[in-house]
Amino acid sequence: MSRSRSATAARLLSVALFFLLWHVVSLYVSPRLFPSPWQVATFVLRETESGVLPYHLSITLLRVLAAFVLAMAVGSALGFLMGRSRGADVVLQPWLILTLNIPALVVIILSYIWIGMTETAAITAVALNKIPNVAVTIREGARAMDPTYMEMARVYRFSRVKIYRDVIAPQLQPYFAAAARSGIALVWKIVLVVELLGRSNGVGFQIHLYFQLFDVRAIMGYTLAFVAVMLAVEFLALQPLDRRAQRWRPKQV
Amino acid sequence: MRMERSLPTRDLTARIDRKEHIGADGDRLVVLDGLELRLAPGTFTCLIGPSGCGKTTTLRILMGLDDEFDGELDPALREARIATVFQEPRLLPWRTVAQNVLLALPRPDLPRVEAALASVGLEGMADRYPAQLSLGQARRVALARAFATEPEVLFLDEPFVSLDEASAGRLRDLLIALWQRRPMKVLMVTHNLREAVRLADRIVFLTERPARVAGVAEVELPRDGRDPEAVSRFAAELARRFPGLAVA
Repeated sequence: MSRSRSATAARLLSVALFFLLWHVVSLYVSPRLFPSPWQVATFVLRETESGVLPYHLSITLLRVLAAFVLAMAVGSALGFLMGRSRGADVVLQPWLILTLNIPALVVIILSYIWIGMTETAAITAVALNKIPNVAVTIREGARAMDPTYMEMARVYRFSRVKIYRDVIAPQLQPYFAAAARSGIALVWKIVLVVELLGRSNGVGFQIHLYFQLFDVRAIMGYTLAFVAVMLAVEFLALQPLDRRAQRWRPKQV
Repeated sequence: MRMERSLPTRDLTARIDRKEHIGADGDRLVVLDGLELRLAPGTFTCLIGPSGCGKTTTLRILMGLDDEFDGELDPALREARIATVFQEPRLLPWRTVAQNVLLALPRPDLPRVEAALASVGLEGMADRYPAQLSLGQARRVALARAFATEPEVLFLDEPFVSLDEASAGRLRDLLIALWQRRPMKVLMVTHNLREAVRLADRIVFLTERPARVAGVAEVELPRDGRDPEAVSRFAAELARRFPGLAVA
């Protein structure tokens, strides 16, 4: 208990140090190039009151969510198939290596050219960038599954639902969580690029706009606001879900 | 009209002509060579033999987990409701004790789960996870799961190894008590001859690899007369009849 409390204190101290450093540096650099935390905060507050920042933020969040769900679903299915079937692994392996190595920018531009400057193209481009990583992680999970549980399930004639829900899914859960963690971070960064290149709203579009206006304060404000939202997702959704899924594990001493 | 499933009254047979393992270097190794088994209704059969002779392989074939062999299984065995107590308890660690038993049942039946846990003395453990149990308790759950499914054939693969002798003895008594309530066909693999004499009606001895049946012995001791001394005497006699295949 006291250990977790001191960990929280250390974390808060670390965050405070970050803002202190930022403040100190801003004292010596021109505010146009490097605004102080206070200036950025007033900008965020003003944009929130006017409703502009919440609008662009929510648009970006929806894109992140759509691309994330799509990438996790397709990537998990492919990864599971490759982990369980030798044939599928052999056939899909070159595709995987190819897609893992195509730069995100190329996928985005080709999507816009081939599909058009649409929402579908934007979300497809982001999902395509993430699918191979998800597939690789889930494939490792599918390979690492313990066959003895499957034998038990066969002896007791488990239904298909029971096999997936009670035998397979819990074994893949840690891999799924790892893919989701790294996935959400990657997806939001790519969503910003997609917005910059071909959308007329969202955080990426706004950052592009303020880049042209050379407004560093606004760029930092939008970035900070989005990072704050992602931190909230991590602490309020991902971590509690993870703890729930792990509750059967013996407690660490 | 709903038919109650009753225990089949005829024998189940299995004939394994040949079973090979292919080693990592591609070598073929004959594990089983002409092995015939007969499981009689209400009969507790033990399979005993030198370690590494193919006892577990035989069991896996009978359970339908390994189809790559020459021979023939009774079709009724493939259709029969079977249950297994494996060498390790093989409980799903991410499901509670009660859920582990419940999942093995064809239909959800909570009262039956409770009765099964009570029958192995684990009433209070229903909501624990397997990691919170001792090995002896986990083995009890595995027994409860097997009996809760009311199998026609029960397989046991050395279910009491790595327990201290007192715990193993209590679990053997429990196994016999559960079986006597509803005697089904049982095939248990063990390398412990005294254990086999204490539990079985019939003991099948296997030879060294490649395994064949060396002989079958009926245990002619009455079930209520199997005190340690009588068991030792009978085991010693069997060890003389089958030298090198079992240690008394």
